[in-house]
Amino acid sequence: MSEAEEKRGGWFSRLKAGLTRSSSKLSDGITGIFTKRKLDDAALEELEDLLITSDLGVTTAARLTANLAKTRFNKDVDPTEVREALADDLAGLLEPVAKPLTIDPARKPHIVLVVGVNGSGKTTTIGKLATNLTRQGYSVLLAAGDTFRAAAIDQLKIWGERTGCEVIAKAPGADSAGLAFEAIETARAQNNDLVLIDTAGRLHNKSDLMAELQKILRVIKKLDPDAPHDVLLVLDATTGQNAISQLGTFKELVAVTGLVVTKLDGSARGGVLLALAEKFELPVHAIGVGEGAEDMRPFKARDFARSLMGLDS
Amino acid sequence: MFESLQERLGDVFDKLRRRGALSEEDVSAALREVRVALLEADVALPVVKDFVEGVREKALGQEILRSVTPGQMVVKVVNDHLIETLGSEHSALNLTTTPPTVIMLVGLQGSGKTTSCAKIALRLSGKEKQKVLMASLDVRRPAAQEQLRVLGEQALVKTLNIVPGEKPVAIAKRALQSGALEGYDVVMLDTAGRLAIDEELMAEVAAVRDATKPHETLLVADAMTGQDAVNVASAFKEKVGLTGIMLTRVDGDARGGAALSMRAVTGCPIKLLGSGEKLDALEDFHPDRIASRILGMGDVVSLVEKAAETIEAEDAEKLAKKMQKGKFDLDDLASQLKQMQKMGGLSSLMNMLPGMNKAQMAKMQNAKLDDSMVKRQLAMLSSMTPGERAKPELIKASRKIRIAGGSGTTVQEINKLLKQYQEANRMMKKVKKMGKKGMMRQGLSGLMPPGGGFPQ
Repeated sequence: MSEAEEKRGGWFSRLKAGLTRSSSKLSDGITGIFTKRKLDDAALEELEDLLITSDLGVTTAARLTANLAKTRFNKDVDPTEVREALADDLAGLLEPVAKPLTIDPARKPHIVLVVGVNGSGKTTTIGKLATNLTRQGYSVLLAAGDTFRAAAIDQLKIWGERTGCEVIAKAPGADSAGLAFEAIETARAQNNDLVLIDTAGRLHNKSDLMAELQKILRVIKKLDPDAPHDVLLVLDATTGQNAISQLGTFKELVAVTGLVVTKLDGSARGGVLLALAEKFELPVHAIGVGEGAEDMRPFKARDFARSLMGLDS
Repeated sequence: MFESLQERLGDVFDKLRRRGALSEEDVSAALREVRVALLEADVALPVVKDFVEGVREKALGQEILRSVTPGQMVVKVVNDHLIETLGSEHSALNLTTTPPTVIMLVGLQGSGKTTSCAKIALRLSGKEKQKVLMASLDVRRPAAQEQLRVLGEQALVKTLNIVPGEKPVAIAKRALQSGALEGYDVVMLDTAGRLAIDEELMAEVAAVRDATKPHETLLVADAMTGQDAVNVASAFKEKVGLTGIMLTRVDGDARGGAALSMRAVTGCPIKLLGSGEKLDALEDFHPDRIASRILGMGDVVSLVEKAAETIEAEDAEKLAKKMQKGKFDLDDLASQLKQMQKMGGLSSLMNMLPGMNKAQMAKMQNAKLDDSMVKRQLAMLSSMTPGERAKPELIKASRKIRIAGGSGTTVQEINKLLKQYQEANRMMKKVKKMGKKGMMRQGLSGLMPPGGGFPQ
């Protein structure tokens, strides 16, 4: 933890530090392609390949390169210009989805359900969210809804201690819908601003587990028909094209309202976000760039795009 | 979600003429689709490039088996090459050394190391009767050590007692000591998740390696991993050294291209697959299964194989000769129906045929076009005299009544069968112009709609 806190700094420098490895590879590549060269078919193909290796997906990569070709084909282009142009395109695609999580404390409580596949980082994300939100002065209640995975409850309890948030938990194996119900009632009684409900990780193609999640949703709606006010899908940036299927299914079955993308501090580039932004137009609320409580920031399209292209803000 | 390679290739080859051997032009067109399909399955780009070149060499000039399309043939070549690249032999965990065998699991955060650790321990202690000790070296994620302890209880496998504040290398040494003193056969070390670019943590795991000299170092990786799989695998290979790969969450719907990427860049065998949340959901790696997953189409491969096995050469020759003369009688129809039955029945063929989309499949099902229908048709055909089968135009009202009675069907059904025959015959004459081999391929599918021969 201490090491994470040392690194505290502006959001952009943190993100950039996280993305350095990936973006430097990408931008080195682009520099290699375009130094003293005309933008011809071969150069475009290499460019498309580079975008593909960032998990942008074949279709998105092809379209971005085609866009570039429209205005600059057969012209001498310098590397920075190409990077700028691509970053602009990327930012333009991402801008509409860059929306921070907005909390309405008047709801008392504002209910946030956190869902995702196994290992995407739900519990850690809740820990970070709780840190941020308590700093903003909200009173937050955590519900340890992952009653399946061994020690998941303990993991959330530790986050509860770190953030000073109360954690509603039951024995492992307990019904998570009942737990969510209890947590919301407790929050109402205690006048909490927010309830963050953790859920067990589940693969989106397991229909019984998805049905269990739908049950949690139904039970929450019994207490408040408008709730949950946010359903966050936590997505691992390392995920490839399967992210599209993940989000599609979770959105259809449990009405996901927004995304949190985790593990962007690794060598994975999270390029699949572009495909997701285009297809689903769901807000990306935050990104995770480390394991510490500090390592979560709002998602900013321009910064993300420029950082991915190895450009300064 | 993904258009399967089969459909893609179907589109490509519909436009091409049917030929006896795969031409360079055929192959290039097909390989463009193969490339996209592999990329959509998350195979890393550099690996895709090498792979496609490998396929090109193999595919050029391949004779196309009768009764399959060039597209199907390319898929077969792709599949075979894929299996070869994935590693054709099964590679088990190496337990042959003097005990205790040390198995260390490494990987990114959330890849499933702890669960995999317990799964492997359960298998080793159960099926293979080994005495196993598990130790968690994950001092970073809250409650990670507790997680392994709980899983150990569930699997009835001992876990090293947790000493708060102990560093990973010290825990590992203590685990080995306990392992040796208490007579364990296997000591499993579950490490913290770490990013491949995190120098500090990579150095930590290297220190654990030096202190324990593991016999197996398995990279645990998520089947959903994208292009980054190559970076992760090569970084772990370089900095820690790997002996194998365990792929988790293969029970999801990801196409699992990461398997190919990681195998290709590390040269390490994929040893195990995690296929569910329960502790017994652990499987040996079968390259053919993963291959068909990556391609999204195992069925065409088995169709090609089945076609090669079951369609007897002489039968095919005979049919071809007849058709060249423009003659296709009810005997031929009967032999086609029989071949179809041999190949697993109509319904399984329907699933395998390219160009059959879901809507069409549903329509077929509504039309009750099933295997029992094929049976009834064969019954009708065998209730006819040889003369009638050779000259279907002989079959008029009274003969129909006799055939219906003999086969336990109705005149209506006889009419449908004859109409189907006429449609098939018309198609045969059409494809006659395409040459012998084209005709052979058409032979199988010629009976299928959209010819319209089947009852609506």
